[in-house]
Amino acid sequence: MDPVSADNPLSPADLPLRIERADVVVVGGGGAGLSAALAAAESFVTRGQADAVIALISKVYPMRSHTVAAEGGAAGVMPGGGDSLEQHVADTLRGGAGLSHEDAVRFIVEQAPIELARLERLGMPWTRDESGQPAVRPFGGMTHPRTWFAADKTGFHLLHTLYQTTLRTKSIHHFNEHLVLDLLLDDTTRPSLHREQTGFGRRSHGVVGYDQQRGEVVVWLAPAVILATGGYARAWGTSTNAGIVTGDGLTMALRAGLPLRDLEMVQVHPTCLPGSGILITEAARGEGGVLLDANGERYLADYGLGPPTPRGEPMARRMELGPRDALSQAFFHAERDGRTTSTVEGSVVYLDLRHLGAERIKERLPLVSELARRFAGVDPTQEPIPVRPAAHYTMGGIVTTPMGQVLTAEGTKVAGLFAVGECASTGLHGANRLGSNSLVETLVVGRAAGATAASLAEVNDDSAVSTRFGSSNCRIDVKLPNRPQDAEQRLIAHARELAAGWLAMRGRGIESPAEIRRELGRVLDAEVSIFRDAAGLARAATALDGLAARYENVRVADTSDVLNTDWVQVLELGAMLTLARGTIAAAQAREESRGAHQRLDFPDLDPAAHHSITAMNTDNSLRVHLSLAERGKDEGSPGDDAHSCPARQNDREEGR
Amino acid sequence: MSEQTLRVAVTRQEPGQEPRDEMFDVPFDERTSVLDALDWIKDHAEPGLTFRWSCRSGVCGSCGVMVNGRPVLSCETTVAGYRTSGLTVGPLENARVQRDLAVDTEGFVAKLREVKPWLLSDPDSSSIAPCSQNNDEGIARSPQGGVAAECSLPNDIEGCSLPMHTQTPQQAAMFADYSACINCLLCYSACPVLTEVPDFLGPAAIALARRWDLDSRDEGAATRAEILIENEFGIWPCNQNGACTRACPKDVDPARAIRDTQREALSG
Repeated sequence: MDPVSADNPLSPADLPLRIERADVVVVGGGGAGLSAALAAAESFVTRGQADAVIALISKVYPMRSHTVAAEGGAAGVMPGGGDSLEQHVADTLRGGAGLSHEDAVRFIVEQAPIELARLERLGMPWTRDESGQPAVRPFGGMTHPRTWFAADKTGFHLLHTLYQTTLRTKSIHHFNEHLVLDLLLDDTTRPSLHREQTGFGRRSHGVVGYDQQRGEVVVWLAPAVILATGGYARAWGTSTNAGIVTGDGLTMALRAGLPLRDLEMVQVHPTCLPGSGILITEAARGEGGVLLDANGERYLADYGLGPPTPRGEPMARRMELGPRDALSQAFFHAERDGRTTSTVEGSVVYLDLRHLGAERIKERLPLVSELARRFAGVDPTQEPIPVRPAAHYTMGGIVTTPMGQVLTAEGTKVAGLFAVGECASTGLHGANRLGSNSLVETLVVGRAAGATAASLAEVNDDSAVSTRFGSSNCRIDVKLPNRPQDAEQRLIAHARELAAGWLAMRGRGIESPAEIRRELGRVLDAEVSIFRDAAGLARAATALDGLAARYENVRVADTSDVLNTDWVQVLELGAMLTLARGTIAAAQAREESRGAHQRLDFPDLDPAAHHSITAMNTDNSLRVHLSLAERGKDEGSPGDDAHSCPARQNDREEGR
Repeated sequence: MSEQTLRVAVTRQEPGQEPRDEMFDVPFDERTSVLDALDWIKDHAEPGLTFRWSCRSGVCGSCGVMVNGRPVLSCETTVAGYRTSGLTVGPLENARVQRDLAVDTEGFVAKLREVKPWLLSDPDSSSIAPCSQNNDEGIARSPQGGVAAECSLPNDIEGCSLPMHTQTPQQAAMFADYSACINCLLCYSACPVLTEVPDFLGPAAIALARRWDLDSRDEGAATRAEILIENEFGIWPCNQNGACTRACPKDVDPARAIRDTQREALSG
């Protein structure tokens, strides 16, 4: 195929592209995407549509997805242990600080044990108690031990169990190292029209992306699309997140005219290795590990988390098992009080596991032990591990119902579009996530969305037809029911235009993407972390304006069609810049302290809970308003604009 | 990073072209990993340099490369140890180079799929309590909602039992080591047999087959035996030189998996 580069520009009309047809498209191969794909496959079998096609598209091989790094576990009430669904609901709502939606919480909590048991039946190697049942461990913010785990590699085992199960499933077609670029919704060229047509739902028709291995543009046409693209915490310089966690799906939704909710709610994990940000799981504290300041004292008691519990005897919601945000805030105060140790990689406190003994550390925390040795040069059986906070999880995301159905700004459903996992804001986590609630959310909502998506497929659709489109052989030989040929032509022409825009970034620009990325991370670490204030956020906003302007002229030196990681990393950087600007704008708009969002200049909780809603204007600038949280009766709806604050709306140029 | 630099040779290759080594002087300190060095080259010298990475903590399995002829994860291998010898970073061996340090992964995925690395159950036996149809499939029938009423556990969860296998910690320990495989392909790169017999299933796929065979919940050993034992490219090409086990960053010991399967096949 012809190379596409600055030296050899193609007009969009000439851009060759491949058409793939599917009944369900899943974007993302982590826990949520795999769960959705498996559920869709089961549904098709149940419905007698064994020839259905599920396109599982991932920008990496699925077993590389960031779910792999989740360590601690997945929350679900274990029958017979004195726990209750009501208590799990109550704990989650308390953590969510007024922004969780009770219906979402209830749905996920009720389904959690069912999905964790389903995973067991697929072969998940849950750590067992002596009776042979999965064991549960205590976790921060949970009043009962209800975190199922597989040593401290829960996400790794969950991901590999699901991935290996998809290999058995013939209806799941893996599109590995395919990067999705944009959503194809009705009239995505003119989303503003739809925003004005309240009550008029929109419809998803597929996605446009790029096959990194063959070097060609691909359009996937399908009646249902499930986004499972993860969060955006890699934007922070000190982050537990893998390099791929760049918020791609959220920015696709923004560009398609869809709202994002509560972007400012970013969880900072209190115990990570300095420099690398590598996570040291909360399970280390659940097993009895304690946090010490520079003098070896258990400082948490001095910052509202006491009274101290005996060393090695953790108690729910106290000291080391307090909520994550409270622990990260305690670090901030301890640092200010001179109780941390300065290192070249920032201030640290110490996580002491020595009293657990080598045997228990080996059995329950093998990964922690390995990570501490390899990446901090510390043997945790002999000395405490230096730790500090790092950006970890983004609670906000694409606005959905509890079952992952994507909603418009007006609260109407986008037919055929779902979002699951960290990229979605289902209403479960609210203003702060309890550890081990997110893995189970990927399973529960992934499954719900997958099953619903499968029900949208048209029976006897002539699917699985792959047709090569190009300037010379552009043809559409399959006429789909309810999708008139000219409408499909327009859709493909639009997809071609979108792809051509992204491809045109190759071979131009002078600004170093690495420098922009480093500066972005530094600014977010400094100004948009555990505590925020107006001055810091204003500095961050100004800095981001500058970075966005530089990004307009960002350099993509590599013009290769195949495995062009230079180009991909620049696209990912663009997504992170957009979401950083949204996060800052939302943090400015929220003049209160709630959950993960703590303002030094507004320390109190607003009695009325509001969501922040971020949307993109037609000129690609962002705007933010606050919307009264409805707490779940009219779930998922971003609400009306009665509570918006136009004075704080942000109108900035938004670079891609 | 400090001012001291290290000479790093990187083997580069564009699709359809011959490989060539390029030299870079990379600043480093005691903590600089091979991946950090590759990042530095990409950021400062050669934006087109292609290599895979993601988690930077040795668990995603993306970043395997050859360093001075030895397969390693680039994220957890520091460069300081090579300050006197210098280092050459190349693509993993026994796999087709796609571009620079990125090698074909589909071949491994195909071999993995061949050993059926999922829980196989004997349709005639029932080792778990039958689960309620509602619990299992209820969601599928209810696109509009109403799921909770249809398929949730009773709110009084005390009296309910989840449909699951029983497995003791001792049974779980039987396959725990093999389940730690991160599919990084270092063992494929290290295996001298694969150089001679490219169709050999290879260490990781066999270790993962063994992971399922040894799982007390699985009843698929006979099915997998068709791939592992009654197949000239199954366990038999292995000559037990142990290179895979030495290369494994997760202590999986694929050589033992292959040896045990060979012995069982010969004695059975």
